[in-house]
Amino acid sequence: MAASSDRNPPPFPTAEESEPGLCDMADADSDEGEDIFVSNSNPVSVSRGVSQPDRVSEEPSDLFSEEAASSTAAKANGVHSDDDNDLFADTNVELSTDKSSSSARKEPSGPRHASTFTPSPAAMQPTSLEQLEEEEAKDSFDVDVAVTNPEKIGDGMNAYVAYKVSTRTSLPMFRSKVFSVRRRFSDFLGLYEKLSVKQSLHGCIIPLPPEKSVVGMTKVKVGMDDPSSVEFVERRRAALERYLQRVVSHPSLLQDPDVREFLEREDWFEDKFQEVENEEQQLRKLHVVVDSLVIHRKELCGNTAVFAKSLAMLGNSEDNTALSRALSQLAEVEDKMEQLHQEQAASDFFIFAELLGDYIRLLGAVRGCFDQRMRAWQRWQEAQSTLQKKREAEAKLLWANKPDKLQQAKEEITEWEARVTQYERDFDRIGMTVRKEVLRFEKEKAKDFKSQIIKYLEAMLQSQQRLIKFWEAFLPEAKAIA
Amino acid sequence: SSKTLRSVSVDLNHDASLLIDIPDALCERDKVKFTVHTKTTLSSFQKPDFSVPRQHEDFIWLHDTLVETEDYAGLIIPPAPPKPDFDSPRDKMHKLGEGEATMTKEEYTKMKQELEAEYLAVFKKTVQVHEIFLQRLSSHPVLSKDRNFQIFLEYDQDLSVRRKNAKEMFGGFFKNMVKSADEVLISGVKEVDDFFEQEKTFLLDYYSKIKDSTAKAEKMTRAHKNIADDYIHISATLNSLAADDMTANKKNLEKLSDLFEKFRKVEGRVASDQDLKLTELLRYYMRDIQAAKDLLYRRARALADYENSNKALDKARLKSKDIPQAEEHQRQCLQKFDKLSESGKKELTSFKGRRVVAFRKNFIEMAELEIKHAKNSVALLQGCIELLKSN
Repeated sequence: MAASSDRNPPPFPTAEESEPGLCDMADADSDEGEDIFVSNSNPVSVSRGVSQPDRVSEEPSDLFSEEAASSTAAKANGVHSDDDNDLFADTNVELSTDKSSSSARKEPSGPRHASTFTPSPAAMQPTSLEQLEEEEAKDSFDVDVAVTNPEKIGDGMNAYVAYKVSTRTSLPMFRSKVFSVRRRFSDFLGLYEKLSVKQSLHGCIIPLPPEKSVVGMTKVKVGMDDPSSVEFVERRRAALERYLQRVVSHPSLLQDPDVREFLEREDWFEDKFQEVENEEQQLRKLHVVVDSLVIHRKELCGNTAVFAKSLAMLGNSEDNTALSRALSQLAEVEDKMEQLHQEQAASDFFIFAELLGDYIRLLGAVRGCFDQRMRAWQRWQEAQSTLQKKREAEAKLLWANKPDKLQQAKEEITEWEARVTQYERDFDRIGMTVRKEVLRFEKEKAKDFKSQIIKYLEAMLQSQQRLIKFWEAFLPEAKAIA
Repeated sequence: SSKTLRSVSVDLNHDASLLIDIPDALCERDKVKFTVHTKTTLSSFQKPDFSVPRQHEDFIWLHDTLVETEDYAGLIIPPAPPKPDFDSPRDKMHKLGEGEATMTKEEYTKMKQELEAEYLAVFKKTVQVHEIFLQRLSSHPVLSKDRNFQIFLEYDQDLSVRRKNAKEMFGGFFKNMVKSADEVLISGVKEVDDFFEQEKTFLLDYYSKIKDSTAKAEKMTRAHKNIADDYIHISATLNSLAADDMTANKKNLEKLSDLFEKFRKVEGRVASDQDLKLTELLRYYMRDIQAAKDLLYRRARALADYENSNKALDKARLKSKDIPQAEEHQRQCLQKFDKLSESGKKELTSFKGRRVVAFRKNFIEMAELEIKHAKNSVALLQGCIELLKSN
């Protein structure tokens, strides 16, 4: 490849290449016994946390695939991060970057504040100082990618984590300057697999995605809340980001249609899902503020009532007759105001806050539908993969010349072919249903919001009109003071 | 930042022979410099129209010297203006800075605007209260002629040097005595005059009630402010929702966001108007009543002195010793007491009148403003409802 001839052979990482994450290697759980990387690995080069290319395809996938429907028993090998070595990382691993490009490449940092890049505060972790400094220097490079917002989708062993892949670019070949899609870990692996077998890229150094990790992912599936899971996800997120950055900084890879598709292909479902998520987040935020409003309104109520009483007492003390009367009248007006505030607080709560609460829950249900579709897709993909294996098995049997087993193999193939067809149909059907449902939901929501908002505002309007009457009644009393 | 303000007083600046206002004030790091402007036809002043810069401490100095002046014992000394207090907006500004990362730029800007308005309101209030203090003095037949008052108005150098000397001279003696005034009044020197007996009862009771009302009015105003702030956040969040919304709901959210944005301004005005017309009114008269109580105290002290002088005279007569001195002392005490009583009666009567006028004015203004703001809200609500329905 033309590109590689410009490049120097990748150096072994020395101190200047190291990032904070590199120390992980040394942190590996030694108490787990199988401290794999002490034995075989070249510690220096492995520290980049990327695995050998051929490893990925050779391994029996069920051992390390997080998507395995079969509950693969979690290997107690103390691996809890992609950056740690797995059992098979016993060989040198090259760095995908070389000296000349690393200085030109700008490492986009994780926490961005531009609108499309806003990460959810809880999920974001600070990136390395190096990355931040490079971002500050503003990019001269054409493409910036970031991997953010890790989000657990689904429950139980079928759960997976979806990441937001955001791209910022000035290159015309992309659909816009700033865009994002959601991708899961297997999508990143899939991209690598596609690239690594391409004739057109033979001889190119294809960057490697981070390693799979059964233990890590199982923990995440079960519950994402404990610190080690959070750490695992964060490491993976950072590693995926570095992986992608390396990919896009490779001129040939950047041109590759698979890479472009990975970065920008979107379908309606991904779009919608993102919209739904954002909306839910914002509604939650709004709900919090409206709750605060209710509390403050109730406080105003209480304070007004207390003030009214105090004013009445003052009126009793007042020795000027007209002023004394006016004070008592004012106290009565304040009493009426308290009543108004009370009613307003009820309206704030029962109409406004409850509307928001309802829709927060409903949006959760909408997300559930998307998950179901995702699972249908998963099932279909797995069936395809199983079918492929059956076919390979059949081919092997043909060679080995075992006729009876061959028959069974053929039967299995037929069975799985049927399944693949069925699951594909299911997937398409559920997709159509989800689409219809979402559109219906959106229409209903708009109507619902409109009517509830009008109700809320009309109540407020009445309140204000009564307020005017109260003060207009008081005005002559005030003028009568002499 | 320098702010030009019109004086907002309680009808005090009538007499053309001596007109005072604070047309301008400067705020440097929470230290306020007031420009005190005087226009006068009196020959006792060197110029007919002049201005001087003054700090809060200068006002306090003036107030304290008046309080300490024996000749003014029978007068209600206008209450000293309270120290400018920017703590509340300053703390809020600090908190806002800390929370900046969690809000959108728009939200942050609005909150900042709101805080700046609050800051400005505090500033306006403090100018008003300092101005009223001076105008009370200028409209008082006796106090307006005070030498120190003239120095305050006219002396074009820094007053702080003179201030230090005064403090050493008086040492705040009288002020400390006044603090225990209530006990004397309550425990009751035997009152000889019905008018003062009634005044005493009335003022003690009224003071505690108005103090209570002031505190409660303040809490009420603060709750209004909190609601105005909530409206900002609601508007901002609705705006974000609307921006991302690609459905038919977008318009609904936009309109509601717009409404809340307008509402928060109205609610903010409601809060600040209530603050000025009600809370500040109550607070001012609370302090004024304290000044009236101080007068009663001084008179009660004079009465006690007189009674003691009587006893001393009786003793002197018994012992046939120092009778002339005792007689002279008794005569002086009586004279002082009479003078205080006479002047005190006048002062307290005019105080009543003043109080009633001020309450009337402010109540009318407050009611009118409440009506105005509510009508504004009604218009906004009707507009929004119509827009939504027409969709």
